[in-house]
Amino acid sequence: MSAQPSLLFDAPGPKTRRRIMYGNIVGVAIVAVLLGAALYRLWDYGQLSPDMWRIIFEPVSWTAYFLPGLWNTITAAVLSIVGAMIFGLLFGVARLSVHRPLRWFASVVVEFLRAVPVLLMMIFLWTFLGQTTLPNPSFWAVVIALIAYNGSVVAELVRSGVINLPHGQHEAAMAIGLRRGQALTHVEVPQALLAMMPALVAQLVVALKDSALGQAIAYAELLRQATLLGTPLNTLQTIFVASVIFILINFGLGKLGEWSSRKMRARGIDLNDEAAEEIPINVTSSAVQNMLEPVNVSGHYDETERQLQGHLDPAELHRLDIPHGRGLELGHGHGGASKPRRGQGKPDSPPRGDRD
Amino acid sequence: MDLTGYWEVLREYPVLHAFWVNITLTFWSGLLSLVLGTVAVAMRISPIASLRLAATFYVNVFRDIPLTIVMVAMYSVVWVSLGIEFSDTFTTNFYILAVIGLGLYHGSFVAEALRSGVNTVPLGQAEAARAIGLTFIQSARIIILPQAFRGAVAPLGNTLIALIKNTTVASATAVATETSGVMAAMIENRPDHVILIFLTFAIGYVIIVVPVGVLITHLSQRLAVKR
Repeated sequence: MSAQPSLLFDAPGPKTRRRIMYGNIVGVAIVAVLLGAALYRLWDYGQLSPDMWRIIFEPVSWTAYFLPGLWNTITAAVLSIVGAMIFGLLFGVARLSVHRPLRWFASVVVEFLRAVPVLLMMIFLWTFLGQTTLPNPSFWAVVIALIAYNGSVVAELVRSGVINLPHGQHEAAMAIGLRRGQALTHVEVPQALLAMMPALVAQLVVALKDSALGQAIAYAELLRQATLLGTPLNTLQTIFVASVIFILINFGLGKLGEWSSRKMRARGIDLNDEAAEEIPINVTSSAVQNMLEPVNVSGHYDETERQLQGHLDPAELHRLDIPHGRGLELGHGHGGASKPRRGQGKPDSPPRGDRD
Repeated sequence: MDLTGYWEVLREYPVLHAFWVNITLTFWSGLLSLVLGTVAVAMRISPIASLRLAATFYVNVFRDIPLTIVMVAMYSVVWVSLGIEFSDTFTTNFYILAVIGLGLYHGSFVAEALRSGVNTVPLGQAEAARAIGLTFIQSARIIILPQAFRGAVAPLGNTLIALIKNTTVASATAVATETSGVMAAMIENRPDHVILIFLTFAIGYVIIVVPVGVLITHLSQRLAVKR
């Protein structure tokens, strides 16, 4: 963010600097007024008194409420992101399958799960699992609902990751005799997975945040524990603590995501479509160069060049816009001045096929 | 299978009205988040450091906090602890609190979507705007933001879809008439038809969300600035 805004405006001159200073003063004033109003309201309602905040410094609040709640939030989120990976791989590959019924089935399931609000899934699963003998239905309702939603997102990530790979990957896999399924599982999906790492970290943040929906179905996660602890008088303070914990964790995970996407780029793994298109272009251009290069490698043409010095002057070659090695070969072969010697001026050498 | 209980519970509860509540919640909070997001992104690209800082703070805080916390806080902190009221009628008050909570939360996502849109605008556009003598506000209003909006249709659309689904969390701000509250009540009434009741609401959301997704894909291709 620090580099980006400077692109949108010039280095300020003296007049603009003054304007920016006034702007800053006004900005600070507005923020101060808003903050002051909020603080006044808090003070006016007695929320700032030390007595109200004492509750969050008591050890028992942490050992009995915040930390168990945080633990439940993290277990639900981590378990569901692992489940979502498995679900997403299965359904992402199924959506790429050559078997139409399988592809359609996977597409319908993924689109359905992406369209239904997670909270509705949780409420449904809570009651549904409560009718079975499964222990701890609220925990499993949270986990399964999060797997269903995040898994369908991961399935889309897998699919788009595979589709955005360079075509050559699939073609090369076919060329060495892999079946389509093998090409997917051995060549394409592993590459898509690596490029997905930053998106997966982002999905973990989503799972952590969405696990707070579990408070509606009596899952003892961080927010529910905080409201339980704070009710009826200290909800502001306890919810504040829960918010700060969430923000710190998610901010850290966000940084981890940025770090992993930098790491991926450093390894030459492309995370966006524009970059993905660059590889084949580079490959082709260097391949073309290599095809034109060998002409001089063998050294034949250097020899012929010397022989032809008298017949054609280099300036004329230049005017005809004939590449050096090529032009000499032309002059040699079509001029009929001498029989081509054995092993020289191969008629089907790469340059000819390339230009004609 | 005996479906009479299902039909009864379907007639007994205002299912269609529940969806309508979610749609109006989406409309008002979407409008609010669009305004907040636009202001935030304008602040974030501005040359004024204090505004940039404030907007960055807002976006980062509301992006990293769970929506459920925001919605619970709108009820138990803003209303209960701080006594902030927008209407004498309970239901209207909770509705407005829910709209504000949803708007604040999604405003940060709108700001991020627009920022990715701003990044699609070539540097030359900003330079050309400066070269013909436009001030920062003029170039943002006339040159950069219109192109940013068009470049941000896809991420904005994703935010809209998230918002449609997230309006169900309004039940945490005591809005009882929207779908998750109504569904929970119906399930409580007839737990034997839990699957059918869930499928009714789920398909309702599919009917709303899938066309919106198709429309957004279409729009993002149509409105994209050719470069």
